[in-house]
Amino acid sequence: MNRFAALLEALLLTPSRNGKLRLMQEYFASEPNPERGWALAALTGELFFAEAKPNQVRALAAARVDPELLGWSYDFVGDLAETVSLIWPEASTAPSDAPVPSLSGIVETLQRTSRAEVAGRLAPWFDALDATGRWALIKLVTGSLRIGVSARLAKIALAEWGGVAIDQIEEVWHGLKPPYEPLFDWLEGRQPPPDIGDLPVFSPLMLAQPLEHDELQGLEPADYLAEWKWDGIRVQLVSRRGDSRLYSRSGDDIGSAFPDILAAMPEDVTLDGELLVVRDGEVAPFNDLQQRLNRKTASVKMLRDFPAAIRLYDILREGGEDLRGLPFAERRRRLEGWYAKAPRPAFDLSPLVPFAAWDELRELRDRARAQGIEGLMLKRADSTYVAGRPKGPWFKWKRGALTLDTVLMYAQRGHGKRSSYYSDYTFGAWAGDALVPVGKAYSGFTDDELRRLDRWVRNNTVQRYGPVREVAPGIVLEVAFDSVHRSTRHRSGVAMRFPRIHRIRWDKPYREADTLETLEKLLT
Amino acid sequence: MPVAAPRPETWIKTTSAGLYCEPGDFHIDPLRPVPRAVITHGHGDHARAGNDHVLATRETIAIMQARYADGAARSSQPLAYDKTVTVGEVAVRLVPAGHVLGSAQIVLDYHGSRVVVSGDYKRRSDPTCAPFEPVNCDLFITEATFGLPVFRHPPDDQEIAKLLHSLILFPERCHLVGVYVLGKCQRVLALLRRAGYQEPVYLHGALIGLTGLFERFGIALGAVLPATGMAREALKGRIVLAPPSAAAEPWSRRLPDPLVAQASGWMRVRQRAKASGVELPLVISDHADWDELIQTLDQVAADEIWVTHGREEALVHYATKKGYHARALALAGFEEDE
Repeated sequence: MNRFAALLEALLLTPSRNGKLRLMQEYFASEPNPERGWALAALTGELFFAEAKPNQVRALAAARVDPELLGWSYDFVGDLAETVSLIWPEASTAPSDAPVPSLSGIVETLQRTSRAEVAGRLAPWFDALDATGRWALIKLVTGSLRIGVSARLAKIALAEWGGVAIDQIEEVWHGLKPPYEPLFDWLEGRQPPPDIGDLPVFSPLMLAQPLEHDELQGLEPADYLAEWKWDGIRVQLVSRRGDSRLYSRSGDDIGSAFPDILAAMPEDVTLDGELLVVRDGEVAPFNDLQQRLNRKTASVKMLRDFPAAIRLYDILREGGEDLRGLPFAERRRRLEGWYAKAPRPAFDLSPLVPFAAWDELRELRDRARAQGIEGLMLKRADSTYVAGRPKGPWFKWKRGALTLDTVLMYAQRGHGKRSSYYSDYTFGAWAGDALVPVGKAYSGFTDDELRRLDRWVRNNTVQRYGPVREVAPGIVLEVAFDSVHRSTRHRSGVAMRFPRIHRIRWDKPYREADTLETLEKLLT
Repeated sequence: MPVAAPRPETWIKTTSAGLYCEPGDFHIDPLRPVPRAVITHGHGDHARAGNDHVLATRETIAIMQARYADGAARSSQPLAYDKTVTVGEVAVRLVPAGHVLGSAQIVLDYHGSRVVVSGDYKRRSDPTCAPFEPVNCDLFITEATFGLPVFRHPPDDQEIAKLLHSLILFPERCHLVGVYVLGKCQRVLALLRRAGYQEPVYLHGALIGLTGLFERFGIALGAVLPATGMAREALKGRIVLAPPSAAAEPWSRRLPDPLVAQASGWMRVRQRAKASGVELPLVISDHADWDELIQTLDQVAADEIWVTHGREEALVHYATKKGYHARALALAGFEEDE
């Protein structure tokens, strides 16, 4: 457990993706089964047992430590797991020869433990572990393992380490269970790929390249079919032998938050579509969908207020037949045929957008300010369905971004390679004589511009708050964003989607930047 | 008939300049220039420039002169550890505090009453300075930088091993270790050498002067080279020591993909490391941790405990529960740096 804890700590503190990958790979290479398998389950969110409540953990510490000292320590540290792990008395309680529990031992015990008994198991483990071990265990049993690693990243680490393609891992992943011994046997070359039989596993998605300027000139309109790009999240629906799954784009099983979709799932089919919230046939803003995402369940109220729906793009499997090798136009016919036989309320077809020339399509795209449309997709009629993001067969053609002239208000130091640069910018719009922060961006500028901005921030700081500097108004940032929504979490009352720095207007007087009112007119 | 010893608070006071010994007419670690000062150690918040007369260890005086040159003091009087001088009516003795090179506790005897001013101190061994010696006394005036039970420093060797392991895992990255200029820098060097690391270590310009001073006092620190001016490629997989602020400064852009480490007792708190952008926290402190603070209170067996700086309330609370007369002095002007 202490080694797994050290890995979690290092992952938490390492900002770079490559650094995280290397840390995980070193761990997989040097830990035995089943320890590394349980660790992989923890990293990918596949570990399930009855959880302890934070106040139970606090009570354990209060029984061992002067409550006043515990209180002051918690005030100072600010995080309960960390406080308890650090303050837990060591030498006086633990016999030095107490065996250090393994992650496997802990997980196997917890899986046999009822909710009422979880907290009671913890004290002897706390005694035997080091401070980092206790911290990781508390995070694990309270279900709050936030260390900046996605399931996808853990699988990429595994794929690179085992010398296989990430898609090969994704294809078998949902047919496997912790502690994944057949997976490690395969990756270490001892066994063939695990046989996952006839399970509703995930098939890695085919993704589109963004359409670059002028790229259309080289393309023949007749070769392509167009469809709307809806502003939800891409999903895959899989059903086999009465078992249904809803997967996110990265292969996470998100079905438990969408019982309404699973209940409407047809039999023996694999579909590709967009998950949306739809009311009375109208696509709701992305914000509404966000209420349903990242949850373990959905309440009755959620289901009623934010009804989910699927807009279908593609069909990958029908009955026992794998359709991925067929051209898109043919798959589209199969999708329409299948839907005609099996319509259902929460599902509809994303319509094709007929066009004869690119200019015509461009006009359609520019006029499409309707709710829920992000732009267009162009798909070659003859394209087979291949995993990943191949160049050429599919393009996404987003509608033009919105822009706003804002004033730089705060700058924060970046991480990793950017740790000596003020590279994260909070910008504001005018509300009367005052600036109100309206967003934050940390991309869209060149290295030279970053150096110049960094110098400007250092020379125009009026106040410092740890890694953040408040600057005197002076620089106008032209910010591009996809859309703007109402938000109760922001002081300005609005939140931008995908804000990035479009241009730095060194020339423009900051008094002439845009107002909050202007931004509000762009609300969708 | 024997005369009762005077109570400590009748002859040790606090003034706007800090701790004052009345019958000796001197301040200890004064916050502003005074006629006579006794200095515990060379850190800037304890040893300030501009006093008329300074009494301290030879090492502390050398450190003050290196930092302040002619401004250090009008006159300086070195005193070896465990020797006694009489100042006014008070016998003054300096005893090792184990904090940094030259650091001393000030032992004051006045008509049978004994006061010990700890300055900053630590209890574990440090190859760059003499170890702390507990002295029985009537009043112990202690620091409490890490005066909360969450602070428990792990063994130094374990932390150095983390750094050496990271060099193996990330051999193409420069390892930039934030260290305080006086004490921590040299201790980390000595610990690396003790762990068998023989490669040259590269220093930020701010660290070079005092590191040379340690070597002149006979403390071997192995090969050190200036980091500034080195080719970028040459620093791949190397250890660079710099003040903690350097990672955020444009200076660090000369380093190849620096992995930011920091050697400090504060690194015990992970959120604090994360918030300051530290990838590799090394819990190496020149202060006593909680267990050592309370161990020291028991060893010196003073009736009276005054806590000068740090997290006073927790240590005062603990000492009071243990039956000591404890109070917080809350002297201004001391920093959280170590």
